Amino acid sequence: MEQPQLIPHLFRTEYSKITAVLCKFFGADRIEIAEDIASDTFLTAAQTWAMKGVPQNPVAWLYHVAQNKAKNYLKRDALFENKISSELKRSGQAFDEFEVDLSPQNISDSQLQMMFAICHPAISAEAQIGLSLRILCGFGIEEIADAFLTNKETINKRLQRAKQKLREEKIKIEFPGLPEIDERLTAVLTTIYLLFNEGYYSVSSDQTFRKELCLEAMRLCYLLIENEFTNRPQVNALLSLMCFHASRFEARMDKNGELILYNEQDSELWNKELIDKGKYFLNCASTGQTLSRYHLEAAIAYWNTHQADSKEKWENILQLYNQLLQLEYSPIAALNRTYAFSKANGRKEAIIEAEKLKLDENHFYFALLGELYTGIDNSKAKENIEKAFVLAKTRSDKLIIQRKLNHLISGISI
Amino acid sequence: MDEFILIFRHEDGSKIASPEQMQVWMQQTMDWIAGISAQNKFVSGTGLPFENARVVKPKGVVTDGPFGEIKETIGGFITVKADSVDEAVEFAKGCPVLLGDGNSVEVRKIAKGDGVH
Repeated sequence: MEQPQLIPHLFRTEYSKITAVLCKFFGADRIEIAEDIASDTFLTAAQTWAMKGVPQNPVAWLYHVAQNKAKNYLKRDALFENKISSELKRSGQAFDEFEVDLSPQNISDSQLQMMFAICHPAISAEAQIGLSLRILCGFGIEEIADAFLTNKETINKRLQRAKQKLREEKIKIEFPGLPEIDERLTAVLTTIYLLFNEGYYSVSSDQTFRKELCLEAMRLCYLLIENEFTNRPQVNALLSLMCFHASRFEARMDKNGELILYNEQDSELWNKELIDKGKYFLNCASTGQTLSRYHLEAAIAYWNTHQADSKEKWENILQLYNQLLQLEYSPIAALNRTYAFSKANGRKEAIIEAEKLKLDENHFYFALLGELYTGIDNSKAKENIEKAFVLAKTRSDKLIIQRKLNHLISGISI
Repeated sequence: MDEFILIFRHEDGSKIASPEQMQVWMQQTMDWIAGISAQNKFVSGTGLPFENARVVKPKGVVTDGPFGEIKETIGGFITVKADSVDEAVEFAKGCPVLLGDGNSVEVRKIAKGDGVH
């Protein structure tokens, strides 16, 4: 692997930490200031290091400069004179002693609290993802715009609205109280999973970025696990699930960035280390009373680390999907359940199950029907696959469906 | 051998650069300075960050800055040894600051105090 370049590398690892600590320091109503100071710190670094060379401990250097910039900002800021300084005086803290705390403990606390603030129920899911990408992960506006196939202006507006919302709702950067922790945690986990999926199934063609997105989602989840307060079974289950999925990252794309279907993947390319981590966190998740959707999805993903078909595998997966659907219905889970059903009980019975679903707008639905009919009634199979092709939206989806159709026509069973 | 100062003027110092751009810029500057050092012609240099920057005016007026008041800002400078202003100009031509539209590098001879100036 290529050695990461110093500034982009430091930006990736440190920008979000500095921003989170400064957000906490200044309050959620002044996120822009925190972001500006963090960005400016890197600009100063580039300027100074270019002339004087890179310091021995670049991270400490960045923290020190960020601290000074924050202090200077406060000194300049009239608001400080009127508001915060009087509070400081009351609390008996002299101004000069006022330090931005960039200790590892405060960094991770600030990042976690920032996560809860961003994933506040008052903020729309779309804005939560945008803010998370920018503030918790330190992605550039341009990268975020690319990921959503939109332009910088749209993303900027979206982020501004979200920040406005944070101000209006007077959302505090703090841990939620114990009684509401599980509920708030659910929102945080949803956002993390969305981030991960954005990377895993993204329409963006930039593979490096997609992978980084997945890794960032995993890092945020791991932050939650590291903290005693948020280390809950469902958090471990989500990380387990993401580890299992991520283990197939190298195997699921060909050289041209086209998707390789699960059955056609070279399982030698699956990352064993991530599979082991997935098992480890699934074990950690197996405590407590509640069974979350992540528990079930992680267990399914575990079975999918066995590529070969077996009665045991498919019966287990079927049972897990049955439970998942009862817990939380989604069309994709219903379709996957039907696929598992066909593997466990045969295609003829599965067709009966499938036709009950009536997901007439969903291309996966017709792709599945096409697959189930193949070899049983090839004209029906063709009809369904053609419907799927018309409904599919992305290029890679259409490509896969086209391939299925070609296979069918040339008489090769799928 | 005379000494010359090469002053970097940025048309717009407030442009936000991506980390990748910063990296490229930093690397180019390091390479440029190393090229001059390799000829034993580099004397010293520094960047000029905007922290603790002030503009002092007559009658004791001090402002933060220079922000927004002037069209150009000075981003840094280096001093080099050169036999002639033309040689110093050749060094200046390689300065990565010049990759930015509107930016410039000013070359000035440093007075020696030998009575010639």
